[in-house]
Amino acid sequence: MIEVSNLTKRYAGSTAVDDISFTVAPGEIVGLLGPNGAGKSTTMRVLAGFLPATSGTVRVAGFDVFHDSVEARRHIGYMPENNPLYPEMRVREYLKFRARLKGLDSRRARARVTTVMEQCGLADVARRVIGQLSKGYRQRVGLADALVHEPDLVILDEPTIGLDPYQIRSVRTLIKSLGGKHTVLISTHILPEVEMMCGRVLIMYNGRVLASDTPENLQLRMAGGSQVIAEIAAPKAALEAAWENLPEIEQHDVTEADGDFFRCALTPREGVDLRPVIHELACKNGWKLRELTRSRHSLEDIYVQVTKPRTEEPE
Amino acid sequence: MSIFWVLLRRELAAYFYSFTGYVIIAAITFLTGASFVQMVDAVGGSSATIPVTQMFFQSFYFWLILLLSAPVITMRLFALEKDSGTFETLMTTPVGDLEVVLAKFTAAFLFYAIMWLPLLACLLIVGHFTSQSGTLDAGTLGGMYLGIFLAGGFFLAFGCLASSLTRSQMVAAMISLAFGVGQFALAWWARNQAVSDQWQSQLVANFNIFDQMGDLSRGTVDTRAVIFYLTTTFLFLFLTLRVVESRRWK
Repeated sequence: MIEVSNLTKRYAGSTAVDDISFTVAPGEIVGLLGPNGAGKSTTMRVLAGFLPATSGTVRVAGFDVFHDSVEARRHIGYMPENNPLYPEMRVREYLKFRARLKGLDSRRARARVTTVMEQCGLADVARRVIGQLSKGYRQRVGLADALVHEPDLVILDEPTIGLDPYQIRSVRTLIKSLGGKHTVLISTHILPEVEMMCGRVLIMYNGRVLASDTPENLQLRMAGGSQVIAEIAAPKAALEAAWENLPEIEQHDVTEADGDFFRCALTPREGVDLRPVIHELACKNGWKLRELTRSRHSLEDIYVQVTKPRTEEPE
Repeated sequence: MSIFWVLLRRELAAYFYSFTGYVIIAAITFLTGASFVQMVDAVGGSSATIPVTQMFFQSFYFWLILLLSAPVITMRLFALEKDSGTFETLMTTPVGDLEVVLAKFTAAFLFYAIMWLPLLACLLIVGHFTSQSGTLDAGTLGGMYLGIFLAGGFFLAFGCLASSLTRSQMVAAMISLAFGVGQFALAWWARNQAVSDQWQSQLVANFNIFDQMGDLSRGTVDTRAVIFYLTTTFLFLFLTLRVVESRRWK
């Protein structure tokens, strides 16, 4: 559905996107993950046909977004960052206008607007003025707009930014439901969001795609470095000796917690899940175990991990 | 072409969604009303020797309206959309750049035409109550509105261009106001210069908007003026189109 090859986008004096290539198959939900300034929005703007590429080609649904721009745009539903809308229009009126702009005839537009308003939970605000809606509703209006012409490809730039947790959940559910029928490309800098919604993640950093993988594989790749925290009631010396004798543990750090408990931060060797091992050990010795967690990787850890080999290369 | 109508409808409606449109119309109606008082005063005092339309064109109210209306009507067209980001959502739908420019200009032009309607009532009232013949007939009225539309197209097209150049409505308004003042200055110069055969003076004579409007308000249509306004209007719209397209070259 999307074929990006050797895409580079330079602004005066800076390179926003640096020679990236990737493809997205029909029906996939792909997350573009990266910190601010990584080039996610620029990539999406080029894909949506708003900005031209400095070099390289982008094809959407078989159409070149630069040379066959209008034809390519017919197949794309795009919601930019910050979701700009006309604040003075009413919800239904706005969606109808957008549907007509995207080439739907009047009858079809009316039918589609009703459908997407239901899909996005907008039915009860159909006659409200957009400017007076809450941020959550406005976000849904933007989503409904992106979907109104049944595009093959839906591009959403940070669709959940600035929403409260409840709204985020409903937007995520909605996006997830689009998979299969539409191809979806979303950008975000929130890791759990990608894990929940996307079948594949592209990690962008400094204008480059550093990794492209399923969230599970990504987690697996990261598992090697993830710490396990265990709070156990046992003599400190016994604990330290136990960790010392376990071959799976690379590093351990035991600190005092309240009562009889000690807090042990354990770093496993590459790719090992320590949790069952610790549980067994505690059972065997009759220690009380009150907490056992594997610290999840923050986005920064992933960037560090993914960028590691690159930084270790000699200049 | 149906996309053009969809765009035009929204652009025109946008003036009336917010207060802007009503405020502009109210302000212009106030100015035409003031000129109406002046006209009634002139007609009542002595016998009128010139058509009322010409009387209106000689009042400074007309020029004030012409100068001020184009910047305030056109400033939002592109600048507001660029500023709020809706330009991005607009240009990523399958619309052509030409359709967008034409729809925005046409909407501004139609609003401008609506804005001038109250004047018609003023003129008809004055014409009705002056007994002399020749003060108001179809020819002078048609000539006057032709002049209003030609000059309007010229200033509005420049306003579109100014708005497409910036993200700030204020800057767009200032650019087109400065252009209007410049055009008036050129017209003054053309009017006061000694007539000569030099090409410079011939060129400047084309910018003599005061006498051109004066002719039209008497019902005299000078094709040179008509062609001048039409070509410059198209030139400014063409430049606007190039500016809108320019995002693809960057």
